[in-house]
Amino acid sequence: MSNTLLPALYNTMRRIRTFEERVSELFIKGESAGTMLHLSIGEELGPACVGTAMKNNDTFTTHHRGHGIFIARGGNPDKMLAEIAGKKDGYCKGKGGSMHIADMKLGHLGANAIVGGGIPTVVGAAMSYKYLKEERVSVAFFGDGAMQQGILYESMNMAALWKLPVVFCCINNQYGMGTKIEDAVGIKDFSKRAKSFGLNTLHINDLDVEDAYYKSKEIIESARKFQPGFIEVECYRFFGHARMDKSPYRKESEEKEKRKLDPISYAKSKLIKNNILNENEIDKIDNNIMNEMDNAMEFALKSPLNDEKEIFKDVYSKNDPMPVSVHEKIKKILSN
Amino acid sequence: MSDLKKNYFDKITYRDALRLAMHDAMLEDKKIIIMGEDIAKYGGAYGATKDLLNLFGNERVIDTPISESAIVGAALGAAMSGLRPIAELMYVDFFGMSMDQIANQLAKIRYMFGGQISAPMVLRAQGGTGRSGGAQHSQSLESWIMHTPGLYLTMPAKPNDAYHLLRHALKIDNPTIFIEHKLLYNTSGFLDKNDPNFLFGKANVLREGKDISIISYSRMTNFAENAADQLNKENISVEVIDLRTLNPLDRETIIKSVKKTKRALVISESYYTSSVPSEITSIIFENCFKILKKPVIRYTAEDTPVPVAPNLEKNYIPTIEKIVEYSKKLCN
Repeated sequence: MSNTLLPALYNTMRRIRTFEERVSELFIKGESAGTMLHLSIGEELGPACVGTAMKNNDTFTTHHRGHGIFIARGGNPDKMLAEIAGKKDGYCKGKGGSMHIADMKLGHLGANAIVGGGIPTVVGAAMSYKYLKEERVSVAFFGDGAMQQGILYESMNMAALWKLPVVFCCINNQYGMGTKIEDAVGIKDFSKRAKSFGLNTLHINDLDVEDAYYKSKEIIESARKFQPGFIEVECYRFFGHARMDKSPYRKESEEKEKRKLDPISYAKSKLIKNNILNENEIDKIDNNIMNEMDNAMEFALKSPLNDEKEIFKDVYSKNDPMPVSVHEKIKKILSN
Repeated sequence: MSDLKKNYFDKITYRDALRLAMHDAMLEDKKIIIMGEDIAKYGGAYGATKDLLNLFGNERVIDTPISESAIVGAALGAAMSGLRPIAELMYVDFFGMSMDQIANQLAKIRYMFGGQISAPMVLRAQGGTGRSGGAQHSQSLESWIMHTPGLYLTMPAKPNDAYHLLRHALKIDNPTIFIEHKLLYNTSGFLDKNDPNFLFGKANVLREGKDISIISYSRMTNFAENAADQLNKENISVEVIDLRTLNPLDRETIIKSVKKTKRALVISESYYTSSVPSEITSIIFENCFKILKKPVIRYTAEDTPVPVAPNLEKNYIPTIEKIVEYSKKLCN
């Protein structure tokens, strides 16, 4: 056990939460591109432990609720928030937004707005790494909703069949939009499913991020040696599905009770209890993060809008003609 | 496969031209892999990948489980990560199983991710009627693809084009959907590996004519040529255009031809409604409205599922007799 690991994990989880609070603020200010903003508040443990256990050149895809994972993998809050605001300085020039954020340099092969849509990407990435003899692992992050999509099982089977350096990581926040997990599955034991495909499995269902980190690391390192794995991290989505969702499908008392299961508070107590950091030192960390995210907010708000021509860019490769605007087509017809 | 090193063939089958294209591309580029159902040991349901396993080994020629969605998705992931995969779906009808990966992922990743990454891959499939395959093994679903920005789409009719289109698709950075026709594999034609006239994205004017333009692609191109021969005997001069690629679509050649002939017939095995032929017809109306002597006709498959019974299947798609008949009526 090192004395730097837990502070680092705490820092990551706190950064995720503060970032998501800023996303929420961006929405309230009317500066977000749309309302389809899926926050990972309450779910910070999974991204922190798995994201930290991955190595530098490992890659990943995420689901629509992926801000936290990207932060844990080194995502730059300035460019992330600018992307979520639909601005030119965003990771994808504002054309992807919250649900399609990506950064190839950091190994982020893309967030995905189709439930399960990004899962086979990591299978293919791992095929490349194996063929090119690169020691990299690719991790697919997805929610409990994707556990009910066929593409997951096609992908698990391929990963097991071809012994690929892949980890499937399910962040089980108990709800697929408004449908509780118990209303969506016959059997809740997801590891059983993964095991039956031949994957190593890990089920994390507590608040100790440090412990979760070590266990995740084992799964990831086995994958690096071509034994693919599956990690389920149980957690609770503290707020609604997206920013407009006021959670009419669950009781306030449930939310109140479940929000006590806070991995950040837990980590904070552990830091203090084990004399790793004192309250003042933790406050200082929190304040630094506040400043960092305030700056990101400022960056996003100041970032310029795109030129209208941006609509037509990036459909085809730079060597190919861009699609012709409808207006130009009409103009040509009218001039005939 | 014999004659691997020959550069010119007077006569080669469409199947062998495709095999040769994959072979030559794989020799040249170690990042090309092929994956699909029964493409390795079996050699492909229509034999298009026969012998490639022996030549390139199972690291590069990969039999997959029957998981169409993950075949496309994994090929996409590999394409994003340094390889240049050829994924094969045995029948174009199986696009139904993988349409999310094709239309929501493959077509959009470059755009969604702001141009950071491309997916240089080719998705091969075959379609069309002619083997009584029925409603789920005989369709022509190119309109689904043409309706999706971000995907290149090619449908060669001739061995020479099949070779060059595939070679080209394996060099560019756009994902390309490459649709073959099940009844073309055994057809033959020339192949010139150094063809100086081949241009990706350019339609091929197979016959020059002055009375009517027959515009087509894939197997229907051969029907158009056959009809043109018959019409020629009756002093109707037909311009036969083989589109070869549907995206990019060579609008200029279509418009130029119809401006000359002032009459057009669009032939396809696709459905009539909201289809590639609808699109081409629109383009002609939009651009040649004032000079058209007759309305443009799109002669397609019927707007019904594909029937199995051979007599029904034959008349479900355009026939040469009817192409001749409709052309004559347009030229009256």
